[in-house]
Amino acid sequence: MKASAGGYARANDLGHAIEMLGSADGMGRVLAGGQSLVAAMNMRLTTGDLLVDISRISALSGITEDAASLRIGALTSHAEIGTDPLVRTYAPLLRDAVACIAHAAIRNRGTIGGALAHADPAAEFPACVLALDATIHVTGRDGKRAIPADDFFHEVFETALQPDEILTAITLPKAERDERQTLQEVTRRSGDYALAGLCLVRRRAGHRVSLLSVGSRPVLARHAMAHLDAGDIDGAVAALRAEIDPPSDTQASAGYRRHIAGVLLRRAMADLTGEKT
Amino acid sequence: MSEIFRAQVDIDLRVNGEQVAARVIAGQHVIDFLREELGLTGAHASCEHGVCGACTIRVNGQAVRGCLMLAAQLDGAEVWTVEGLSDNNTIRDLQDAFVARNALQCGFCTPGMLVSAEELLAQGGIPERGKIREHMSGNYCRCTGYEAIVDAIETVARQRAGKANS
Ligand SMILES: Cc1cc2nc3c(=O)[nH]c(=O)nc-3n(C[C@H](O)[C@H](O)[C@H](O)COP(=O)(O)OP(=O)(O)OC[C@H]3O[C@@H](n4cnc5c(N)ncnc54)[C@H](O)[C@@H]3O)c2cc1C
Ligand code: FES
Ligand code: FES
Repeated sequence: MKASAGGYARANDLGHAIEMLGSADGMGRVLAGGQSLVAAMNMRLTTGDLLVDISRISALSGITEDAASLRIGALTSHAEIGTDPLVRTYAPLLRDAVACIAHAAIRNRGTIGGALAHADPAAEFPACVLALDATIHVTGRDGKRAIPADDFFHEVFETALQPDEILTAITLPKAERDERQTLQEVTRRSGDYALAGLCLVRRRAGHRVSLLSVGSRPVLARHAMAHLDAGDIDGAVAALRAEIDPPSDTQASAGYRRHIAGVLLRRAMADLTGEKT
Repeated sequence: MSEIFRAQVDIDLRVNGEQVAARVIAGQHVIDFLREELGLTGAHASCEHGVCGACTIRVNGQAVRGCLMLAAQLDGAEVWTVEGLSDNNTIRDLQDAFVARNALQCGFCTPGMLVSAEELLAQGGIPERGKIREHMSGNYCRCTGYEAIVDAIETVARQRAGKANS
């Protein structure tokens, strides 16, 4: 099967891209790294898109810091995030995530903005930004919005983004000096989407636990977090298994996913405390 | 369709060191462009959704999936395929090592394997076998069982490191 695009246009800057999306009569589609979109086009899961290629907008790429936060441009590639020194120091969870995402050639072109906008519940970055309590910045015809990660992911492939909006960057609080972050997941082969995965962040304000591949969107495990804050790991594992509602599919059953979610939480806690499981 | 969006896109690029100008269909991926318009049939279109790596080529210095990039996006790009990397001897030692170690049988995966492996080797040093396997994990081979491919890449890494030190 071959892709059938409705048309292609390259955006020079953000304003140009938003203008073009607005003129596309609902058929506009942002093209960033193309690592999900072009695959979907080749399989004809989507046809007739009017492609707005934003990949040359250099202002949307790169990683910067201010006193309290890190800002990652939407077009920053997985590969750049995996090797960036600021990320290593202030958001090591994202670096660990990169090692789990697909393969080298895909990481060279895939972008964090694309991964978040795509909102695959099995993807790593959406769960990471939830655990990190990040903010997602978008710009559209009506101006800018800053959306907490918690409110951004709605359903499989559905987010708070409006059709004329472009995700421009994420910001996240810099990790505190004694903050710990870890990502644990179970995959059958290197680079595959995980059967289930779990992010754990421990900062002064408390624990944050998010999961991927256990529902129609990445989820924050609030009950498990409360138990961890109280120092009760067994309680947290039980609460976690009770509060998620994973699907059964050809990859794994709901029961298996629920089971490994608990195992991953124990592994994550052991990783933070340096114990072996 | 509005004037802004083009069904056909003009691109100017360099392929294997040569300047190329072309008019491409908006939805055409890079591999179909290279194979059907330029006659460069080294890179293969196989799964066409990013899974197998048979389409791996070098664009602007990076190994990428040719099936997941549109030809329309190539304007101004520097593209190298297995043909160009062979002609300018970049991967001659790697090809020799693949032959010596029987790291190919049908050869369908080989162009992608070579471009992916060259990206790793270009980083220098002698990568651990685990690192070689991880780097090559996005390239499927249905014939060899991979052991020989990892051997060949490791051999070349050692040879190149030896040359760099001597
Ligand atoms: C074989 C394979 C394996 C993979 N494995 C994994 C994996 O294990 N884990 C994982 O997390 N991912 C995986 N991916 C997906 C990969 O991470 C993609 O890079 C990512 O999902 C999409 O990023 P992109 O920049 O390529 O976006 P694109 O493909 O360009 O776009 C994806 C979607 O997001 C929209 N979009 C993109 N950027 C923006 C923006 N800035 N504003 C608004 N909308 C936007 C597009 O319109 C489109 O709908 C895999 C992909 C492949 C092909
Ligand atoms: S043809 Fe591109 S990855 Fe399979
Ligand atoms: S040699 Fe046949 S697929 Fe690799």
